[in-house]
Amino acid sequence: MKLTSRKDLIALRERCAAAIANERKRILVCAGTGCASGGSLDIYARLKALMAQRGIPCSVELADEPHGEVVGLKKCGCHGFCEMGPLVRIEPAGWLYVKVKVEDCEEIIDRTIVGDELIERLTYRKGGVSYARQDEIPFYKNQHRIVLEHCGHIDAESIEEYIGVGGYSAFEKALFDMTGEEVVQTVLESNLRGRGGAGFPAGIKWDTVRKTPADQKYILCNGDEGDPGAFMDRSIMEGDPHRMLEGMMIAGVATGATKGYIYVRAEYPMAVARLHTAIEQAQEHGLLGENILGTGFSFTIHINRGAGAFVCGEETALIASIEGDRGFPRVRYLPTAVKGLFGKPTVPNNVETYANVPLIILRGAEWFKKIGKDPKNAGTKVFALTGNIENTGLIEVPMGTPLSEVIYDIGGGCRGGAEFKAVQIGGPSGGCLTKEHMDLPLDYDSLKSVGAIIGSGGLVVMDEHTCIVEVARFFMHFTQNESCGKCVPCREGTKRMLEILQNIVAGKGREGDVELLLELADTVQNTALCGLGKTAPNPVLSTIRSFRDEYEAHIKEHRCPAGACQKLKRIYIDPQLCKGCSRCAKGCPANAISGQIKSPYSIDLSLCIRCGACISTCPFHAIKEG
Amino acid sequence: MVNKQFMIIDGMPVEIQGESNLLELIRKVGIKMPTFCYHSELSVYGACRMCMVEDERGMLMAACSTQPKPGMKIRTNTERLRRYRKNILELLLANHCRDCTTCSNNGSCKLQDLARRFNIDGVRFPNTSPVPRMDTSSLSIVRDAAKCILCGDCVRVCNEVQNVGAIDFVNRGSKMLVTTAFDMPIAKSPCVGCGQCAAVCPTGAIVVREDIGRVWEALEAPDTKVTVQVAPAVRVALGKELNIGEGENAMGKIVAALHRMGFDDVFDTTTGADLTVLEESEEFLDRVAKGGKLPLFTSCCPAWIQYAEKNYPELLPNISSCKSPMEMFAAVIKEQGKYSSRKQFHVAVMPCTAKKFEAAREEFQVDGKPYVDAVITSQELIRMIKESGIVFDELMPEAVDVPFSGASGAGVIFGVTGGVTEAVLRRVSSDKSRAGLLSISYSGVRGMEGVKETTVRYGDMDVRIAVVSGLRNASNLIAKIQSGEATYHLVEVMACPGGCVAGGGQPFGSSLMKEKRAEGLYMSDGVSSIKRSEENQVVTALYQGLLKGKVHELLHVDYVKGEAK
Repeated sequence: MKLTSRKDLIALRERCAAAIANERKRILVCAGTGCASGGSLDIYARLKALMAQRGIPCSVELADEPHGEVVGLKKCGCHGFCEMGPLVRIEPAGWLYVKVKVEDCEEIIDRTIVGDELIERLTYRKGGVSYARQDEIPFYKNQHRIVLEHCGHIDAESIEEYIGVGGYSAFEKALFDMTGEEVVQTVLESNLRGRGGAGFPAGIKWDTVRKTPADQKYILCNGDEGDPGAFMDRSIMEGDPHRMLEGMMIAGVATGATKGYIYVRAEYPMAVARLHTAIEQAQEHGLLGENILGTGFSFTIHINRGAGAFVCGEETALIASIEGDRGFPRVRYLPTAVKGLFGKPTVPNNVETYANVPLIILRGAEWFKKIGKDPKNAGTKVFALTGNIENTGLIEVPMGTPLSEVIYDIGGGCRGGAEFKAVQIGGPSGGCLTKEHMDLPLDYDSLKSVGAIIGSGGLVVMDEHTCIVEVARFFMHFTQNESCGKCVPCREGTKRMLEILQNIVAGKGREGDVELLLELADTVQNTALCGLGKTAPNPVLSTIRSFRDEYEAHIKEHRCPAGACQKLKRIYIDPQLCKGCSRCAKGCPANAISGQIKSPYSIDLSLCIRCGACISTCPFHAIKEG
Repeated sequence: MVNKQFMIIDGMPVEIQGESNLLELIRKVGIKMPTFCYHSELSVYGACRMCMVEDERGMLMAACSTQPKPGMKIRTNTERLRRYRKNILELLLANHCRDCTTCSNNGSCKLQDLARRFNIDGVRFPNTSPVPRMDTSSLSIVRDAAKCILCGDCVRVCNEVQNVGAIDFVNRGSKMLVTTAFDMPIAKSPCVGCGQCAAVCPTGAIVVREDIGRVWEALEAPDTKVTVQVAPAVRVALGKELNIGEGENAMGKIVAALHRMGFDDVFDTTTGADLTVLEESEEFLDRVAKGGKLPLFTSCCPAWIQYAEKNYPELLPNISSCKSPMEMFAAVIKEQGKYSSRKQFHVAVMPCTAKKFEAAREEFQVDGKPYVDAVITSQELIRMIKESGIVFDELMPEAVDVPFSGASGAGVIFGVTGGVTEAVLRRVSSDKSRAGLLSISYSGVRGMEGVKETTVRYGDMDVRIAVVSGLRNASNLIAKIQSGEATYHLVEVMACPGGCVAGGGQPFGSSLMKEKRAEGLYMSDGVSSIKRSEENQVVTALYQGLLKGKVHELLHVDYVKGEAK
């Protein structure tokens, strides 16, 4: 149905809201990538079949006309608590069922839907307490969900649901009640900073584009999220795609741009599909296209799929890629806001930034600035919590939330009660925070002061069993692999840094390696062409800063303090316990064990490959690691 | 003084006069910044990071890609910058073949030069210099990806200036390579052999194919008469390398050097150019009179011929059927020596890498034997002179040999863009006065611009002429012609920007050096007493003698059918 006026949109919103209210109960099955890979789509299908079998009126799509009391069954976006997936939310009770299996479906229908009864065994349990309601779970309790407010709560593939919960009213407000200048002013005043990395104020970009005269301007959405362990943007694109589109459309109204481009990784097939669906729906409803709602404003959105190069998340490389060139960063004399895509003024923001915009327009800059501890670092931030942490998943907290709250209150501490060692923030461009940073507020400026960046928001948690040099090697391997190869310092510098790190974890480190790493890091950081290269040494620099002793132990003592580096493991035979049975020697694939029968055997470490086969074969537990 | 804008470079105030980047301004104050990937003729790439400068707040920026701003204060040589530059060089060297002494680019390698300048006395990283990865498929150039520092100069010149697009980057990061599509041999790519990639390559990764060995061999053979022709552009390009002034006409010394090396007869391709002028003028007038295919495109440049064959086969009938001056002259020379008891070996010294390919074309062979047995470039000539130990600047000039010892000024200027057109105009113009000559030279055919247009009066007709150099300029012009946006009667195309003075086989020169070379050719024309090709008595004698009845066989070619006429 094509909407041609504001009245049409308001009327549709009322109808959709009524249709949602008309749903007696709603079952929201998480269909984010995490839960879907855990089988949630089968759960959805099973629930649907069961309802049909039981004759329960079920609405999958919002009906235009209310038709009696129905149970809504929806595929929704990511709830964030991926650790516990597949997740099923029951409304209006607000219950969350975790680790649901297809076999549980019958019980859910019979007891919860028909019978209004909570199935206790499916609820989240922690420390002997079982939590029925989603918002009581400690993981959710300490969050502040604004950007993710709809993720997990509405059907991600339905524009009607989005409109029914108030979607596109910010766009409506910007289009009918505000001038472009007022919209830009609101965003400027809100201090909304780019959520993609450096935290540059979005309003300044918008303002520049608005003020730069051009026959064509563009709104560019960077959805090329590629940091290891980061999936914030993916979840927004999958879970609430219209929210992001609305933000882009508002940017169009504000700046006079009429074309939008979304650059999204092809490795996010579900996000791409949902975005396509969302754009089609918006076009069908007349919210995208020519003469939107009769105002004369036109806006179209194209999707460009990235072919898998991490560097294409860099603004100029992304633009080169859309323009059909090799994804190389370009030198720039002028900012993208003045000369960007196809040489025209372009607003370059990331997914989460755009998703913040509708609420800022609706509720005002003052409301936004009050979220968080510091108005200069206003709003919330979505983080992807991964690594050795109890509750992995997607979280949203106010800017300035102390690290400890994220790690312990929300994350539940390290997995298996292990001791926290460090957290890598901002992916391969970021730095690591340690125990001493527990009180550090997580916001742009505080993190910058300790040499880290918020980046796109990946938090990779490491415990005492993680070797910090190995972590640095991992990230260096990543950036080296993803370096585009254009500039010398990044191409050759990261290669040599990786070589040195590989040698250190393999026990081949040499005196002076740390100093050489620091020297190379200095050169790469200061001379590389683009952000990827300039930040590539960060993991090495921050780990050396906090854990230089671990580097030294690897190099000087050939010892890995975390006991994690395979090549540095020392396997030895305790002569007191060894009976000389020769079983270990016979099982050794490297022929590293020798000795005389009935007297203690010994291991030649120069031959030993540290496979550990001998340890498990020794009947006397005489072979030890250390 | 009011409107002047200044910035400070290393404490020196410098006026900003519309320079687009800091590098140009820094060069203006007499500082030679180290660079690998910057060429004023190419787009700014910003990849080598050698030209980083520091401002007063310690902010670093690449000079090539930063706009000068009034009041800016930068330093180009600080302890920090030197350290970074050394590190970058060390990183490049670690990954580069370091067998400098056996590299064909030894002595003219920028990496070697900068390593020396920055006193790189050791490389702290394991040597991972890749094994040679040679592509010897082309007759014009030889590529060795192992010596490539990935500055992208060749890629940009091939794509931006020449619109050929034979090479580009493949793979990513430290696995990146410059190569052809699907890693095919370059000879099977759209490459036209212009050699501009070799001209801009700072290392030995792309070099001109060497044919010196075959020439030495011929010179040694007792039963072989070795003749040689020297193209116009060669004589003005030896300056820097051989200790004479840049752009200075060294033809006399070249002849002397070639005689010393043992060449039996030394000739001047200018004589061949005079033949071309006469043939091409006649063809042009004939096409105009008989309503033949127009515009007529010139045919002197073999890279342009290949470019047209590969991209515009429909234009081949528009291309003049005249052989290039080298091939015309070679055919005449070979015809002359046909009845000699000794074997004939003819060498051409050219500013051009594509000539090597042209010489090997089937159209220019008789019974499987080419008219030109070996083409050597100016660079190779320099090498031969150095190898011989001849102290070039001390040589007494000598004259070319009979019977072809006569050439016009019109033929000499073939070596610069617009020269062919000017020579043809001198021929066809009815005004043979001095003033007439001058008016042709001022008609807009001179100058190093890539595209020049002019209209001259011929009889009762306005002849519209376009002169382009650089193949991108050519393809843009062709697009205009094909869309009907522009119409011409005569189009001169030279593949290398600026014409043969900037040929791929010349010692690499800045745009200033190229201008000096062009100036040198115009000066030679100025002092030449014969201004027009038809006044060249040698040529007149040829038409009356040797060429009688053989004009088409010896001087023309049919590229459409792929055979000599």
